Amino acid sequence: MLSALLIFLPLVASLMVFMIKGNAARNFALGAAVAEFVLAVFVYCQFKMGNHYQDLTMNNIWVKSLNIHFSIGIDGMSLLMVLLTTFLVPLIILSSFTTAYEKPNAFYGLILFMQMALVGVFTSNDGFLFYVFWELALIPIYFICLLWGGENRGKITFKFFVYTLLGSLFMLVGLIYLYSHTGYGSGLKSWAVQDLYNAGRSMNESQQSAVFWMIFVAFAIKMPVFPFHTWQPDTYVTSPTSGTMLLSGIMLKMGTFGLIKWLLPIVPLALTKWGGTAITLSVFGIVYASCIAIVQKDFKRLIAYSSIAHVGLISAGILSANQQGVQGALIQMMSHGVNVVGLFLIADILMRHTGTRDSDKLGGLRNMNGQFAVLFLIILLGAVALPLTNGFVGEFLLIGGVYQYDAWMAGFAGLTVILGAVYMLRSYQNIMLGEKNVNVGAFGPLATSDKVVLITICAVVIAFGVYPKPLNDLAEPAVKMLLNNMK
Amino acid sequence: MIKLIGLVPLFPLIGFLINGFFGKKMSKSLSGGIACVSVLASFVVAVLAFLELQHSANKSHVIELFSWINSDTLKIPFSLLFDPLSSIFLLIITGIGFLIHIYSTGYMHDDDGFSRFFTYLNLFVFFMLLLVLGNNYLVMFVGWEGVGLCSYLLIGFWFKNTAFNNAARKAFVMNRIGDLGFLMGIILIFVTYGSISYGEVFAKAGTGGTAVVTSIALLLFIGAIGKSAQIPLYTWLPDAMAGPTPVSALIHAATMVTAGIYMVVRSNVFYSISEVASETVAVVGIATALFAATIGLLQNDIKKILAYSTVSQLGLMFLGLGVGAYSSSVFHVTTHAFFKALLFLGAGSVIHAMGGEQDVRKMGGLKGKIKITYITMLLGTIAISGIPPFSGFFSKDEILAHVYEHNKILWFLGMVTSMLTAFYMFRMLFLTFFGNFRGTHEQEHHLHESPKSMTVPLMVLAGLSVVGGLIGLPEFWGQHNWIGEYLSPIILRPDPSILSHETEWTLMGLAVLAAGVVIYFAHAMFITNDVLPENNEEKLKPWQKLIANKYYVDELYNAVVTKPLDIISSFFHKFMDLQVVDGIVNSTGKAVTGIGSVVRLLQTGNIGFYIVSMVLGVVLILLFTFII
Amino acid sequence: MLNGISINYYLLLSTVLFIIGAVGVMARRNSIIIFMCIELMLNAVNLMLVSFSTLHNDPKGQVFVFFIMAVAASEVAVGLAILTMIYRNIKHIDTDLLTNLKN
Repeated sequence: MLSALLIFLPLVASLMVFMIKGNAARNFALGAAVAEFVLAVFVYCQFKMGNHYQDLTMNNIWVKSLNIHFSIGIDGMSLLMVLLTTFLVPLIILSSFTTAYEKPNAFYGLILFMQMALVGVFTSNDGFLFYVFWELALIPIYFICLLWGGENRGKITFKFFVYTLLGSLFMLVGLIYLYSHTGYGSGLKSWAVQDLYNAGRSMNESQQSAVFWMIFVAFAIKMPVFPFHTWQPDTYVTSPTSGTMLLSGIMLKMGTFGLIKWLLPIVPLALTKWGGTAITLSVFGIVYASCIAIVQKDFKRLIAYSSIAHVGLISAGILSANQQGVQGALIQMMSHGVNVVGLFLIADILMRHTGTRDSDKLGGLRNMNGQFAVLFLIILLGAVALPLTNGFVGEFLLIGGVYQYDAWMAGFAGLTVILGAVYMLRSYQNIMLGEKNVNVGAFGPLATSDKVVLITICAVVIAFGVYPKPLNDLAEPAVKMLLNNMK
Repeated sequence: MIKLIGLVPLFPLIGFLINGFFGKKMSKSLSGGIACVSVLASFVVAVLAFLELQHSANKSHVIELFSWINSDTLKIPFSLLFDPLSSIFLLIITGIGFLIHIYSTGYMHDDDGFSRFFTYLNLFVFFMLLLVLGNNYLVMFVGWEGVGLCSYLLIGFWFKNTAFNNAARKAFVMNRIGDLGFLMGIILIFVTYGSISYGEVFAKAGTGGTAVVTSIALLLFIGAIGKSAQIPLYTWLPDAMAGPTPVSALIHAATMVTAGIYMVVRSNVFYSISEVASETVAVVGIATALFAATIGLLQNDIKKILAYSTVSQLGLMFLGLGVGAYSSSVFHVTTHAFFKALLFLGAGSVIHAMGGEQDVRKMGGLKGKIKITYITMLLGTIAISGIPPFSGFFSKDEILAHVYEHNKILWFLGMVTSMLTAFYMFRMLFLTFFGNFRGTHEQEHHLHESPKSMTVPLMVLAGLSVVGGLIGLPEFWGQHNWIGEYLSPIILRPDPSILSHETEWTLMGLAVLAAGVVIYFAHAMFITNDVLPENNEEKLKPWQKLIANKYYVDELYNAVVTKPLDIISSFFHKFMDLQVVDGIVNSTGKAVTGIGSVVRLLQTGNIGFYIVSMVLGVVLILLFTFII
Repeated sequence: MLNGISINYYLLLSTVLFIIGAVGVMARRNSIIIFMCIELMLNAVNLMLVSFSTLHNDPKGQVFVFFIMAVAASEVAVGLAILTMIYRNIKHIDTDLLTNLKN
C-alpha cells in the first residue's frame, strides 16, 4: 500500500497542480514534493525495521488475458533510487524558483508527473508495467524540453525523443521475446520479474545475446553510453535547467538501474560473451567524454560530457557483475545524481547572474562572491571524487569492481581520476579565479532558494562521503541477493 | 592518551570548522589564535601519547572509529593506528606545524585572506595527521588526497594571480597521476589479500607471490613519486613555491612531500620482498637527487633553490629506502623537517624584509641588517650541508653508509649530490647575506628584522637543527641509535650496519672533507672573487643555459603530454563526436527522410491512379495465387 | 441448375457486370459515372450471392444481399450529398480537379 502511495501521491498532486493558476502552483508543487520525500523517508524507516512485505509490496492483476500485473515493491536498490528521486525533485523545484516560467502550472505539473513515472520505473516488479512507466517518463520531459527549452529546441528535442523511443522499442521487443519464453512448466505466461529471469536463463547463448543487445541498447541510449550519447549534450544544454536536472539527476539512473535489475540477472550467458564488448564501450566512453570535456567552454556542456564519463564508469562497474562493481554503481548513482544537480544549478546561477556560461567570458567571480566560490568548490570536489566526499566511495568501489574484471580496463577507467581533475579545475579556475573579467558585471549575493539548495547538496556531499554506511547498508544486501540470484 | 589519539586530528578539524564558518567575523588575533591553539593541543596530546608508548609493551595500538565502507568481503573501517612510525610523524607534523602556525600569524598579518589562510592550514594539518594515523591504506589515501587538496588551495592562495593558479592546478593534477597509481595499488592489495588493513596485509604479504608484490610495490611507489616530487613527476614542486612561504615550509618541505617516504616505510614489507621494486626506488631516488641538485646550482629565486634542494633531499631519502635503510630515511625526514622548515621560514623572513623580493641577485649584505634570520639560516645551511655535529650530518651519513654497503656507484653519486647540495646552499647564503646590497634604495631603507612571532620559531627550529642528530647517533660511536631501535618493530628486515668501524670513520671523514672543500670553493667564488650570477641569459654558456632552464623538462612535458592531450580532445570533439558518431545518427535520420521523400511521390492524390493500382494489385495477387 | 439455366451463365453475367463497373471506375473521371459504376459492381456481387444462395438452398446469402443493398442505399445518399457539395464549390464534378489536399 505504501509503495502504491509513493506513485499516486505525485500523480494526484500533478493533476491538482495543473488546475492551479499562477505562481501558487509552484509552492503547491514544492509542498507535494516535500511530502513525497517525507513519505519516502517513512518507507525507509519501515524498511529498516524489517517490514518488507506487508506494506511495501502490492500485486494486483491488471490485464488478465496477458497476465499483466500491477506489481510494485520496494527492495534495497529501488529504495535507494526512490530516495534519490524524492530527495532531488523538491530541490529541483526549489532551484527553479528564481526563474519565472510561463504557465507554471503546466511546468510543475509535468515535473510531478515525471516523478510519478520515475518512482514507478524504480518500483515496478512486472516487466510490462516497467515498460509502461519507462515510456510514461519520456512524455513529461519531452514537453518540458520542448515548451520551455532554449535555442533550437524543436530539432534537438525531436532527436532526443526519437532516439530514446527507438531504444525503448528494442527493449519492448526484447521483453516480449522474454515473455514468450515464460511459463515452460505451468504453461501460464507471465511478466513477473522473477519469471522473466527464469525465462532468460532457460535460453541458449544466441537467444540471450539477442535479448542482451535489444535491452542493452535501450539502457545505453538512456544513460547514455558511448556511442549512443550524441543526443545528450545538445539536449542537456537546450533544456530548461529543471529539465536538465531531471534528465541527468534521475532519468539517467533509469538506464543504470534497468541494467542492474532488468538485464544482469536475465542474461548471464550473454554477459560472459558480450560483457567485455559493452565494458570496453563504456570505458572508452569515459576517456573519450573526459577528453571532450577538457575543450568545452560552455560550463553546462562540460557537465554534460562529464556526466557521460561518470555514467560510463557506472555502466562498466555494473557489467563487471561483481559485488564491488554493482554496489559501487548504486552508491555512485546516488552521489552523481546529487552532484550533477548541484553543478547544473551552478551553471544556471552563472547564466542568471552574468548572462553567460562561457568560461572565456567569465573570470574572477570569487572576488565578488566568496560563498558561492566555496559551495561551487565543494560540489566540484564531490564530482572529482575526492575522498570524504560522496563521489569517492562509489568511484573506489567501481574501479575496484572493474579491476576484478580486468586490471588494464580498470587502469584505463581510472584515468577519469586524472582527467576529471583536469577539466573541472581548469573550468573552475577560468570561471571563479583570477582577476575579474572585464565582461562580467556585478555578481551579487545568491538568492535564498539557490543558497538553500546548494548548501543542502554540499551537506550531502560531505555527509555521505564521511559516513556512507546508510547507503551501503541498503545497497550491500540487495546486491548480494541479486548476484546470488544470478548464479 | 593513546586511547584518545583521535583527538590529535580532531583539534585541527575543529579549528578548521571554527575558522571556516566564523573566520571572517573574528579578529585576526582570535582567528590565528584558534588555529595555533588547535595545533598546539594536538601536539600536547601527541607528546603525551608518545611518552606513553615508550612505556607500553604493546607498540601498535589500533583505535576503531566507525565502519566506513562495507562491500561483501571488503570491509574498510575508519580506524587509526598509533605505533612508533606514526608517533614520530605525529610529532613532526604537530610540532613543526605549530611553529609554522605561529610564524604565519606574523607573516600573513597584513593579508586580506588571514582567516582563510588558517582555515586551509588547519585543514591541511588534519589531513596530514589522518594520513599518518590511518590503520589501512584507504584512510591513508583519504589523507593523501586531502593534503593534495590543501596544497592546491594554498599554492593558489592568492587566487587573483593566474600563474599561481596554474601552479596550483599543475600540482593537483600531477599528484593525481600518482594517486591513480596508489589507488590501483590499494585495489590490487585488496584483490590479493582480501583486506587493506596494515596488520592483516603485512602478515600475509609473502603469500602473494613476488610478481604481485612487485606490482603492488611499484604501484604504491607511483603514488609516492607524485606526492614526494620524484622523477618524472617532480616539476610541480618548484612551481608550488607560488604559495605563501609558510606553506612552502610546512607542506612543500617538512611534511606533505615526505608522505611518500612514510608510505614506503609503512609498506616496507612489500619492498623487502621485492628486489625489483627496491632497486627502482633507489634508482629513481638517486636520479632525482642528482638531477635536482644540478638544477639548484643555477637558480636565482631563493625559494626555488630551496625547492630543488627539497626535491634532491627527498631523492636521497628514497635512495635510503631503496637500499633498505628505512629507519635512516625516517631519521633524515625528521632532521630535514627541522632544517628545511628553518631555511624556508628564514627565506620567508628575508622576503618579508626585502618587501617581497625573492631574487638573490638583488639581495646581498643582509647579515648585518637581519641578524637573527642570518644566524638561524646559517645554522640551517650548515646542517643541510652535512657538517658535524649538526643534525643533517648524522642522518645523511647514515643513509650514505647504508648505500655504501649495497652499491659503491650509488654511494659515489650520493656523495656528489651532497657536495652539490653544500655548494648551492652556501651559494644562496653568500649571495643573500654577504657582499654589498644590490637592491633598490627603497628596499634598503625598508630592511628590518621580522617580528617576534616569526623569529622565535626560527630560533626553536635552529636549535632543533643543531641538536636533532642526537636521536640517531651512529652505533659505532658506542652510542645508542635511538630512532633505529624505536622503529625496528614496524620494519620487516631492519638493516644494521655491517661495515667495519674503520670504513665508517673513513666514509664520515670523506664526507666532511668533501663538504669542507666545497664550502671553501663556494667561499672563494662568491666572497673572495665576488662572482655574481649572470643576469643576461644570452651570455650564459650552453650548459648553464640548459641547467638554468631546468633541462627544459617543463617544455618537454608541455610538448609531449599537454599539447597532444588538447589536440586529441579537439579531435574527439570536432571530428569524432560531431562528425562521425553524431554524423551516423543524423544520417540515419536523414536516410529515413530521404526514402520518405521518394516514396511520397507515389501518393499522387489522383483517385484514378489509386484505383488502377489497386486493381492491378488485386490482379497480381490473383495471378500469384494461381501460378504458385 | 437454377430455373433451367446453368449457374455458369449467372456467373458470366455477374463477372461481365463487375468488369464493366471496374473499368468504368478506372477510366472515367466524372464522379457521377464513377458512382454508377461502383453501384454496378455492387450489384454484380449481389447477383452472384443470390445465385449461389439459391443454388445451395441457403438463405444466408440473400440476407447478405439485403445488407449490401441497405449499405449501398445509404452510401448513395451520402455520396450524392458530397457530390452536390463538391459541385457547389468548384462547379465541376471531375475527380482530377479535386487537388486541394495535395499541397
